Parts: sequence; structure tokens; C-alpha cells
Amino acid sequence: MSDVIDRPILEQEVAAKSRLRIIDCDVHPSIHAHTDLDQFMTKRWQQHFREYGSHLRTPYIGTTPYPRSSPLIARRDAWPPTGGPPGSDLAFMQKQHLDPLDVEYGILQVLDLFIFSQQNLEFGAAIQRAINDWQLAFWSDRDPRLKASILAGQDDTALAIAEIERCAKTGRYVQINVCPRANEPLGRRRYWLIYERAQELGLPLGIHVGGYGGHAPTGGGWPSYYAEEHQSNAHTMASMLCSLVLEGIPERFPNLKIVFIEGGFGWIPPAMWRMDRHFEAFRSEVPHLKRKPSEYVKEHFWFTTQPIDEPDEAKHLRSLIDWVGVDRLLFSSDYPHWDFDDPRFAFRTPLSEVERQKIFSSNARGVYKL
Amino acid sequence: MAATRIDCDIHPAVGGTRTTLLPYLDDHWKEQVVSRAIDGLDLNSYPPSMPLSGRADWRPATGKPGSDLAMVQRGAFDQLGASHAICNVLYGAQAVFDPYMAAAFCKAINDWIAAEWLSKDKRLRASIVVPMQAPDLAVEEIERLAGDQRFVSVLVLAQGDQLLGKRHFWPVYQAAEKHKLPIAIHAGSQYRGAPSSIGWPSYRYEYYLMEAQAFQAQILSLVYEGVFGKFPGLKVVLMESGVSWLPAFMWRANKTWRGVRVEVPWVEREPASIIRDHFRVTMQPFDGPPDAAGVADIIEQIGSDKMFLFASDYPHWQFDGNDAMPPHLPASIISRMCADNPLETFPRLKLAA
Amino acid sequence: MTRHIVARTSDIPPGGNKVFGVEGRDIVVFHVNGEFFALLNRCPHAGAPLEKAACVARLTSPEPGVYQRSRVGELLRCAWHGWEFDMRNGQSYFDPKRVKIRSYPVAIESGEELTQELAKGLEDLEKGPYVAETFAVHVEDSYVIIET
Repeated sequence: MSDVIDRPILEQEVAAKSRLRIIDCDVHPSIHAHTDLDQFMTKRWQQHFREYGSHLRTPYIGTTPYPRSSPLIARRDAWPPTGGPPGSDLAFMQKQHLDPLDVEYGILQVLDLFIFSQQNLEFGAAIQRAINDWQLAFWSDRDPRLKASILAGQDDTALAIAEIERCAKTGRYVQINVCPRANEPLGRRRYWLIYERAQELGLPLGIHVGGYGGHAPTGGGWPSYYAEEHQSNAHTMASMLCSLVLEGIPERFPNLKIVFIEGGFGWIPPAMWRMDRHFEAFRSEVPHLKRKPSEYVKEHFWFTTQPIDEPDEAKHLRSLIDWVGVDRLLFSSDYPHWDFDDPRFAFRTPLSEVERQKIFSSNARGVYKL
Repeated sequence: MAATRIDCDIHPAVGGTRTTLLPYLDDHWKEQVVSRAIDGLDLNSYPPSMPLSGRADWRPATGKPGSDLAMVQRGAFDQLGASHAICNVLYGAQAVFDPYMAAAFCKAINDWIAAEWLSKDKRLRASIVVPMQAPDLAVEEIERLAGDQRFVSVLVLAQGDQLLGKRHFWPVYQAAEKHKLPIAIHAGSQYRGAPSSIGWPSYRYEYYLMEAQAFQAQILSLVYEGVFGKFPGLKVVLMESGVSWLPAFMWRANKTWRGVRVEVPWVEREPASIIRDHFRVTMQPFDGPPDAAGVADIIEQIGSDKMFLFASDYPHWQFDGNDAMPPHLPASIISRMCADNPLETFPRLKLAA
Repeated sequence: MTRHIVARTSDIPPGGNKVFGVEGRDIVVFHVNGEFFALLNRCPHAGAPLEKAACVARLTSPEPGVYQRSRVGELLRCAWHGWEFDMRNGQSYFDPKRVKIRSYPVAIESGEELTQELAKGLEDLEKGPYVAETFAVHVEDSYVIIET
């Protein structure tokens, strides 16, 4: 932790701005009013939405199981003056986030409507489809900096692939999003068809934290507090990395790029070390792995940076970055959520200009072919 | 006698309820296990035939790895050079659904280890196996054995169906604190809920890796539920948890706590400082970076030389050869982890017992 | 030290705040429990504007399940990451010695006193943004003065 900070930081902000335009790999747009989606849904699903709504593996119909630390998990200064939830007003997002931080591209990650956790898989597919169209009509069309992701819930693989095909034809989406908390770990065979298609299309697979798959947020049961549930996102991502590597996804789909979103990156080196440490003892169980697990991670996976770790000592963050590898990191802000990372201050350790360029821009440009 | 070198985690193996444990069950449970063939309670976490569960040269000709006292003595003491060792029995009593059966099996395991291991080798100590399925019965078992100083800790699984910080477990911690027994959380699962938030894994390898995340969840649970405010003398030992995830885990815990501590205002200082004071970790397996500089970094980032406990994890296959000490550890850690730290962590462990 | 007249006390409603540009920095003044507190309008963590912070109670607890509230409204909970700060001195809850917001002494003076001081042309008293932006000091009002 730094000492007392009294910073009229304007000069620093201006300097940073003039140096580097950034690519923000995790921007959350929100639906202003659910009726906005009507134009993208058939009457049948509009009716279903109105009458039955979301059916999730969670206790409440009106909110999340663990009350968040702020309304709608958002920064308190991110509520648009025109009304509607944070992230729902493009002009305000431009004014508060995209323009002042000089965002060259923002990758949209939609979490609304528990998009990946609908028990009625057909309804889930209908709202994914609607939101995929809505992303273009309400965001990308109006601000070409904002790039859409194809939401494709993996639990009905056939519907997911149909939606991927439909969206990919437009050539306007930059990745395919699936959910880390669903029925089964993403490495499992039932999902491989999605990866095969993603690889053919040259679209990265994006995995953003969240979802209600019915399993407890920890391997030891249901926690009592949001503080626990919030941190469990990192644990989810660590388990998911192991699933994808151990099932041999990089071996089977060598050109598939996989992006972990909003997991942070502190957990990655220990996950790699742990996989490698036990490789010998378990090698006979996973003969399809031709190389040490960490080698796959270092070639096939990318990780967005938020929420960044904040060790007391800057050199510890530096070690962490070196262990993960600068080439693997994609800057993300998580705007407009409460645990937002500001690109000007998030990295509290010195980075070279080349490293800044990679983390804040060129790595993402390469992964998403921007 | 050689230098003090306390191995905090070795695993004697139970053959079965109808064989090894039968003499230690009361008549009711004897009849039940025989007439209903209640046996085969090896945890899914550690299939005995899996390579990790037994190093090739530590496997007896018959029976499970760790089932033969003489072989364990040769391995843990003669070969690996321990002066003392703590026995942690991983057999399925902790996963039984019937709370009374669970309590009966725990009792039998404890009486068996006392009679057939501790009484035969003064260098051995053991953890009390308890039925966390029924905390009141767990307390009874702790009280029953508290007078026997050869029991030095209380053993629980890393993955039960409830996180360990929950209030209904507190009487167990009260009893443990009273008797100076640390809680030893050992890798292993009841396999009730999925071992991870992402669901059920395909491989044992994958499951074993997920254990690290379960340990982290248990730490958060114990800290945020306020267990250490209620029981300030309580220590928790993470056994076979891995080590290198600690720094980033603690950074994230601190960061989260700073933002949402209003949820748990009884947690009055940063989680990392509570963790350093109350948690200890066994050093096999050590899953650190491959290079000496990286290991030094990780140890420095953990920020406490009191947390590390020497362990071999015998007969699990964590290393080859005769040296259970992980490579590249700084000398300052090595000197503490073999004697000072275990003696401080397990206050009942008197060397001259 | 310079004293800046930034507002009439009635300009900042109880429970509210107002931001003033003073010597190139934004200072936010909170009005709570009958007192005024001035802080740099920037969280020392990541620069969030503190005017958007939630004003909450100081929350402590002797044991799990017991919630003790004090000094209601005098703690700031930052709009972004939820760090808590004491309005009175800018200290953070989690590390009061090392992490704090720059705070400024605040004085409340009557228009009568101020008019006299201004008439004397005291060097340390700046009319500040208040006078510049609006109108002259009136004897019948009271004023918020920040010392920098």
C-alpha cells in the first residue's frame, strides 16, 4: 500500500492520455428497459419473458443470492443522469469512460438477465440471440469502438452452434462467450463442438466470470458472505484453466484462443506451478497431454487484468506480471462495476513502454484481430 | 537421536471396517458392518492404487500404502530422517451420512491408531478424526481423547458439505482451543457437492488441483465468520494444500475486505494478517516456481516464516529419493519448519513423550 | 496558510456536499451532523470522486452478529471500491496511518466577522470561488471557510 496520497494528478492523466490509446477488454453495457429487447424476440418468447421470466438455480427472482456491495454491482458515480441502470446510456458511457480514458476499442461483455443461467435452455437461447442483436443495434452501430461478443450458452451445444453461425456471418463479432459456472467444466467433451467451430471461424473463446450453474461457489459448500463469493470468482477461473488444459483443449484445438475475463491474474502462476508439480504423478491419467500444462497456458490463453491484485509492495506485482508473462495480459476496466480498474492507476509497479503497449493495446489487438 | 525433525503429515492406512477397525467397534456396529458389509470406505479423493496415493517403493506387497507399521517406520523415520511424525488417517468415516455410524467409525479409527501405532512407536503422534457431520458428536470425541497427549490435532476434510467457518461448527473449535489442539484441514472431499464451482471434474488430477481452491474457500470462511475473534488461541493447519497460491490469495482477500468489510465488521484487520497469525501449512507438496529466485520470492511474499511445517506426506508420491525437503527453500525457513514451527503449532507435542 | 471563503453554510444542505475548485484542486465539503468537513475530492486509492461516496455510519463489532453504529453519516464509503474514510480527518478505516485523504480545516464564520476582516484586507483571506462566482458576503449569513 502506498503512503498518504494527495494527488492533483491532472498532469499525469494528460501525459498518459497522450501516450497510449487503450483497448478495454471488459466493458459492460446494460439493457435500459427490457422492452428494448422485444424487437429482437418472437412473440412467443416475449410472452414467456413477461409471464415466467428467469428460472435460475438461485433462491430469488428479483436479485442475486449474495447481496452485492453496491446497487447493481456498479460504481455509484456510474448512474446515467438520464435514468436507467449504469451502463445503459451510451452517451454517458462515452463521456464518463470511453472518451476521457481514450478507449480505442471496448469489448462488450453482457451479463444482463442471467444470460447463461436460464434453466429453460430455449428461453436462454432466445435472450442470448436477442442480446446478440441488441449489442449491434444499440452499441456497435452507434459507436464503432464497441465490439460485440456472441453470447452462446454452452449447455445446449446445438443451439449454441446455430447462434454462433448466425452471428459469425455478419463478421461483426470479435469473440464467442461461454459461461464458467454452468453444468459442467468447460473442458468436458460435450462442449468440444463449440470449440471446433470457434477455431474454424477464428474467433476467440471468451469466458467471463459469473453464472449460476447450481454448484456451490466453493468446493467446500455455500459461503455466508459476498466477500467470499466475490473472491470465489478467482477460484472458479483457476479450476476452469485446469479443466481446459487437462482435457487437452489446446492439444485438440491448437488454433483456438481462449480469453479469461474478470478473473484477475494473481492465481495463474500458482495454478501453472501446481499443474506442472503434479504432472508426473498423474501423467498416466492424461496421456493426451504432450507437454507440460504450463506450456499450453503460455501459448493458448490470455487473461484480462481486472480486478488487479494490490500487494503491499510494488515489486510483488512486478514478479506476478513476469510469472504470468506480459504477452498474456489484456487490460480491462470492468466499467461500470464497483471493482473497476482505472487504466491510469491500476498497475502500481513500473512497466516499460513496450510492456504498456502490449498490456493496454497490442495483445488485445492481436487476439481480437482489431 | 538425530536432530529434531517433525513430519507433520503421514498417512497410516486403514484396511477396512470389517478387518482393521472391527476390534474397535462396539457390538452393535460390529454386527452392522459384518451383516451389512459396510466396508470399502476409502475416499474417492485417494484411490489406493492411484500413483499419487503410494510411491512405488512405499507400497507393501499386500495391502494399501501406509498399512504396514514397520514399513512406515522405515520410510518416514529411517529413510526420510524424521524424529517424530503425526499420523493423519484418511479413511471414509468423515464422509458417512449416518452421524452415529460416522461417530462410531471415527472412534474406532482413533482407538486403532492409539493401540496399534502410537503405543508401538513413541515417535508417532496422531490427529483426532472427528465426525463433523454432527458437531456435538465431534466435541464428544475430542473430549474423550483430550487426556491422551499423543493426540495433537483434530483432523477435518477440506471439502465437506458446509464451509468450516459456519457457526454450528464453533463448539468443535471451542473444544479444540481449550485442549490446545489445532484444527488440521486435510485435502479430501466428502464428494457430496461438486469439488469446484465449475462442476464435477473428469480426472483425479483435476480434482486434486481443485483442492487448492477449496482450501482457500475454507480460509475465507474461517476468517470472515469470525472464528478467530471467538477463539483467539485457535490455530489451523492446512495439510497437503499446496503453498504457492497463498500470496495472490491473500492480496485478493485484503483487497476484497477493504471494500466489503461492512459485511463482516467483526473482522477488524486485514485477512492476510489474520491468516499469518492463525494458519500453518505443510510443505509437501510444495508447488512453488521451478527456480530458486522464484521460490525465494514466494516465501517472501507469504511474509511469515512461522507458517511453514515440514511434512513428507508419506506414503503419497510427492517426490523421489530420500529428501522430503522441497528444493530451493531459504535456509532460514528450513531451520524453523522442522522443529520450532511444529512445536509452536502443536503445543501438545512434547518431544519426550 | 490561506483561508478561502467557499460557500454560505446554507448552500450545502445537511447530509449533502458540494465541490469547490480551490487553487487548482477540487475540494469537497460535506455537511453532516451540524458540522462541515473539507477533503480533497479524490480517493487516494484510484482517484474516484469522493462527492459520489456514500455517507455511512462507522461500523464496528465486538463479535459476529453484533453491529455497532456510531457517528452516523460521518464515514465515507468510496463510490468505486468501497474503501471507508473518516470525514473528520481523512483517515482510512483499514490503514488510518498510511492511507488517508488530504483533509482541510474548516471554519464557519458569520458574515459580520468576515465583512470586517475583508474590510481590513487581511492577506490570508481569499474571497475564493464563492465570492468570485456569486456575490458579496452578507452580514446576515454564515460562511464556510477552508484553510489550505
